[in-house]
Amino acid sequence: MSVELGHYMAVSGVIFGIGIVVALGKRNAVAVLMGVELMLNAVNLLLLAFARFGAAFADDAAALSGHVFVVFVLTVAAAEAAVVLAMAVLVYRRRETVELDRINLMRW
Amino acid sequence: MNWQDQFHLIGPALALFIGAGVVLAADITRPGRVPVWGLTLIAIAIAGLYTLWHSVTGTRGAAFDGAIVVDDFSIFFAFVIVTTAAAVTLASRDWAVTFDQTPEFFALLLVSAGAMLVLAQSVDLIMIFIALETTSIAQFVMAGIARDDRGSEAGLKYLLTGAVAAAVLLYGFVFLWGLAGTTELAGIAAFVAQGDEALRLPLMLAFVLVAAGFGFKMAIVPFHAWVPDVYQGAPIPVASFLSVASKAAGFAVVLRVFYVGLGGGGTFIADDWAIMFGVFAAASMLFGNLGALLQTNVKRLLGYSSIAQAGNIAVGLAAVAAGSTLGPSGVLFFIGTYVATNLGAFLTVLVVSQRLGSDELSAYAGLIRRSPVAASILALCLLSLTGIPPTAGFIAKVYVFNAAVRTDEMWLVALVAIAVVNTAISAYYYLRWVRTMILDAPADESSFAPSYAAQAALAAAAIGVIFVGLIPTPLMAAAQRAAEVLQ
Repeated sequence: MSVELGHYMAVSGVIFGIGIVVALGKRNAVAVLMGVELMLNAVNLLLLAFARFGAAFADDAAALSGHVFVVFVLTVAAAEAAVVLAMAVLVYRRRETVELDRINLMRW
Repeated sequence: MNWQDQFHLIGPALALFIGAGVVLAADITRPGRVPVWGLTLIAIAIAGLYTLWHSVTGTRGAAFDGAIVVDDFSIFFAFVIVTTAAAVTLASRDWAVTFDQTPEFFALLLVSAGAMLVLAQSVDLIMIFIALETTSIAQFVMAGIARDDRGSEAGLKYLLTGAVAAAVLLYGFVFLWGLAGTTELAGIAAFVAQGDEALRLPLMLAFVLVAAGFGFKMAIVPFHAWVPDVYQGAPIPVASFLSVASKAAGFAVVLRVFYVGLGGGGTFIADDWAIMFGVFAAASMLFGNLGALLQTNVKRLLGYSSIAQAGNIAVGLAAVAAGSTLGPSGVLFFIGTYVATNLGAFLTVLVVSQRLGSDELSAYAGLIRRSPVAASILALCLLSLTGIPPTAGFIAKVYVFNAAVRTDEMWLVALVAIAVVNTAISAYYYLRWVRTMILDAPADESSFAPSYAAQAALAAAAIGVIFVGLIPTPLMAAAQRAAEVLQ
């Protein structure tokens, strides 16, 4: 049995699922960031799997846009992580915590 | 096409990006002695004139291998975004000198606005993603830029929700790309038009994920959880920029992706996403209005109000999906009027709160006797948000609801009924605010007037609200021209 698109989609789906559970379930800001990174990695895996196995692509050039997409996703993920960590440091300096449960000045 | 022509097509955005660089560089070389506020206004003015140049010379076309286009649709949103950026800059002059990061704030504002211009021009999934993230990340930082307790909390919450939304959006994009085999919206449209019934489920999965990601930008229920906290915690100029420009850009890209990419009305999945947006619209209006009833903080109240207004625009989106010919222009027209109205409301709150030192509703008691200008403009904008003639908000609601009813779909008529009931609910808290300003006794009698720069921004918003309310045809024509491009 060879590894095909379906297998990659399953793995990517599982990673994305774990990521979203972590991102929405964890109460620590840094842990939420880790969940988001997992989700983005699932995106990248799926992009590359489609580029390699996808039936919809007319030629290799069309599939190549997936590789380009991956590079941009990585770049944006790095930028986002930098801002999250900076903001977490700012919040920690003022509150001495990054637990989202305790960052609750504003509540309806 | 040579590179000069390509850069000519993204000229307005480029002017804003270069402006951001100049603002930062100027402050590094001569710290504290450069009028960054003036430089920002100059950059925005250049972007506005450039857009005007595109508009009147008939400059249209595609650049960068078809990833970017200039058409009436992108020009419509360029005017909306540039106007918003100009108004926010004008009104935030006095506020921006109260903290250390003034140049950074204006630079981020320019970057965010520039990326929104690109976003409205994008017709390629990769380009849309990059423009969306550039504008979002700049806004995350702006939300926390005052570095106080509430601001940093707002920034962190906005940032974490935004990061999750972006990842969800991407997952949807990957499915769209993997199914259609192209990142271009036109290619995706051609793929959807084939109407392969076996692909209905994967396509639905893809567009639900995409709608979830964009729903965060548009601030519609159930992707709204960040809105009240961020509007309350973030500095008011940032909140006004988010509530107007960011929301407009969100609806622009949704119209592009869903109407162009997934096809309005004609395609086999159109009914599915029509109902999706119908549910979002009903939930947004109900939740936003019921939430706003209880608020005593005006920023939080405006936060909930903006969720409800997004619901009104989403009624137009549902009509678009159901094949209404008036739908797309209705969404654009509503956004145009919403910009003037909400900017007027937010910027008066900025001016007044700074003066009163409080953004509680009770502080607005008797404002009409203390600052007649601010109070009457705020009252006008609140009436327009309610939808009372002869203001712009009234015409916009009639236009969008009419578009929905004309489709003759029973569920859309029911949706409009819900929207009308919600308008009645919203009248309670908008008019309560007006009553507080006019009838209640002020805490102290000292009078004040906004600065001239702020007065200019407020007057522009008020004139916009009245003008469109009395003579709606110019904006309507512009919206219809812009919507025609998409078909």
